[in-house]
Amino acid sequence: MTTIKIPSLAEAPPGYEGHGFFATSLDRAIGLARKYSIWPLPFATSCCGIEFMATMGAHYDFARFGSERPSFSPRQADLLMVMGTIAKKMGPPLKQVYIQMAEPRWVLAMGACASSGGIFDTYSVLQGIDEIIPVDVYVPGCPPRPEQVIDGLMRVQDLVQNESLRRRHSPEYKALLAKYGIE
Amino acid sequence: MEKISHPLITEKLTARFGSDILSTEEEPLYKVLVITVNPARIIETLKFLYDDKELQFQFLTSLFAVHYPERKNEEIEMVYLLHNLWKNTRIRIKTYLPISNPEIDTATNLFSTANWMEREAYDFFGVIFKGHPNLKRILNIDSMDYFPMRKEYPLEEGTRRDKDDTMFGR
Repeated sequence: MTTIKIPSLAEAPPGYEGHGFFATSLDRAIGLARKYSIWPLPFATSCCGIEFMATMGAHYDFARFGSERPSFSPRQADLLMVMGTIAKKMGPPLKQVYIQMAEPRWVLAMGACASSGGIFDTYSVLQGIDEIIPVDVYVPGCPPRPEQVIDGLMRVQDLVQNESLRRRHSPEYKALLAKYGIE
Repeated sequence: MEKISHPLITEKLTARFGSDILSTEEEPLYKVLVITVNPARIIETLKFLYDDKELQFQFLTSLFAVHYPERKNEEIEMVYLLHNLWKNTRIRIKTYLPISNPEIDTATNLFSTANWMEREAYDFFGVIFKGHPNLKRILNIDSMDYFPMRKEYPLEEGTRRDKDDTMFGR
């Protein structure tokens, strides 16, 4: 009888293994589960959004990384992906969307405009979304190629996997949110 | 159909408004008649052009402000682009306002489309349209505390730290 070896989809976290059991810490088990089930909320305002659509499509297949379901409601989203120029008038709606997301939540700024204002150094454009909400990962480019977006998502996956379960209760994290005026 | 001749328009306007028509000239590039009027009688002028049986300028293509800081007491220029759709004739009506008191009557009673255009002129230049039903900002964020298209304000946001000119040899 031949045995077929099934490749594992995810590396098991470090832990203790024996006959019929595997033990690891809760942090690591939850980190692993979260890492491969990040539901992104695409907040697309311009050309980076078009590039993201290519990233979501069959060729680059964003869903491979567990992001099968782009969540168009902030209530069920884990990752806010801000793609494109954010005008100052769009600032309050963006902040509202971030506030409506449940913890734990992450933010990815895609492209030069979302990261720094890009070429739009003008009175009407927000000079980077980190003026109003905290950002975890910045993806440079104008617009970034899908490979860069995927790399950015993998950096978010690293953050998600390694984040301590206590981080969101820490005084540092609360101070960070307070800096942005978010409860 | 035959276009309306420029002398006919100027004759009719000067006969009606006399010295309140400050100048009439044909703009050289597109041969459009440009008429400058006294700001106090702008709405009367638009109404006359609208109602006159031969003129019938009943379509407001656009309405906007321009800022000329070097012109004393007439810094804000208001421009009305009118179109006669039957005879396909276009004219420009201009009027000047001092920046210390940029007030002018609203054209919304004559053209409904002037509503948003006047809000835009208010938003960017601070022109006050007397009698406008809803004069508030239309494009910029409500908390903005200046009129960004006036020439004394810079285009740039001014908070960027990544645009160090020495790095680009400027």
